[in-house]
Amino acid sequence: MSAGEQVRQYILENFLFSTDTSLLGMDDSFLARGLIDSTGMLEVLLFLEETFGIKVDDNEMIPDNLDSVNRIAAFIARKKA
Amino acid sequence: MTTTQPLSAERAFALDFTAEIERIAARLRQALTTDLNRRGLVVAISGGIDSSVSAALAVRAVGPKRVYGLLLPERVSSPQSTHRGRLLAKHLGIEHEVFDIAPALEALGCYARIEEVCRAVHPAYGAGWKNKIVLEGGLEGRYNHFKLVAQDPSGLMHEARLEYRQYLQIVAATNFKQRVRKTMEYFHADRLNYAVVGTPNRLEYDQGFFVKNGDGSADVKPIAHLYKSQVYAMARFMQLPEEICNAIPTTDTYSLAQGQDEFYFGLPYAQMDLALWAYAHKVDAAELGTALGITTEAAKAVYADIEAKRRATRYLAGAPILMTAYPED
Repeated sequence: MSAGEQVRQYILENFLFSTDTSLLGMDDSFLARGLIDSTGMLEVLLFLEETFGIKVDDNEMIPDNLDSVNRIAAFIARKKA
Repeated sequence: MTTTQPLSAERAFALDFTAEIERIAARLRQALTTDLNRRGLVVAISGGIDSSVSAALAVRAVGPKRVYGLLLPERVSSPQSTHRGRLLAKHLGIEHEVFDIAPALEALGCYARIEEVCRAVHPAYGAGWKNKIVLEGGLEGRYNHFKLVAQDPSGLMHEARLEYRQYLQIVAATNFKQRVRKTMEYFHADRLNYAVVGTPNRLEYDQGFFVKNGDGSADVKPIAHLYKSQVYAMARFMQLPEEICNAIPTTDTYSLAQGQDEFYFGLPYAQMDLALWAYAHKVDAAELGTALGITTEAAKAVYADIEAKRRATRYLAGAPILMTAYPED
């Protein structure tokens, strides 16, 4: 499973209590949908750090890196490159 | 919005204090008579400006004999807070008591749970260390998150970002403080057949800076519509003791001194007040930036942060969500 798919599955299960992939588009903005607030983002960061072995710096905690499944997938790819 | 006058605190927060104090006092009496059917008011007095003005308004509404003041310090409360609280109670001529909630908090595990997080973040944490948590991110366009700042016995500061579970635990444990205080307030309210006064100002109420079922709980909230700048001005207008009028807003909740700005708001209260007023009146970010001496981009981030906090905390002030409308049609 790709990193993006793993992230989508995690967010679906933990934030939407569902496995229905139609509920979350890969480019959907979490902020615009009111899906993930700042506390929720801490939970996502913990998942990313534990699952992908990356360390997210304070200055990387910005919507450009984290505000959709695809943005997170691209961020993970950059961190692991 | 195009304004004919530049954005200024003087214009935004102008208030006819004589009329406003009388209006609030009348509304409090009406609430006691019509809505609550209680005979007086209980106010927890922290020594800060908000609870002081709330207590003074309670006295204006029902007189000093029908207001009961509670000073509820715990292990890390500043002695100056209790001093100012006593000063206010004496100034207002109200009956009051000091009740140390530290033994109750100890028994509930509040302090142990906080220290557990401190040790997880800073393994050397122990006797002689102090701590606080500090909010970062929102005003720089990043996600809001908290850092644990710890001071070791030599005075050296250590800081680290709190991860998800640590953040939740330290906040949950700290919330015991506000909730135990509210338990005491309701004990006395029930004992006296009084109502409980909640003391949030507009900034706190709007931005969700309170603990649900803690300081957010009350029967009446007399200053929830007033900006903090107006609360300070009202304190001076009501001629409250100088020490209280000059009190700097702190949380008085963590063992290291902590301003409300670094804990939650990100900006000093006077600037936050102006930003909230500007947001409510749809003032352009550029104009807010000019008034605050920050860039338009930074002002946009302030607006975004106001919206994010509103969204994240709106449920705190709401009634529980029911599964059907009630009463049913």
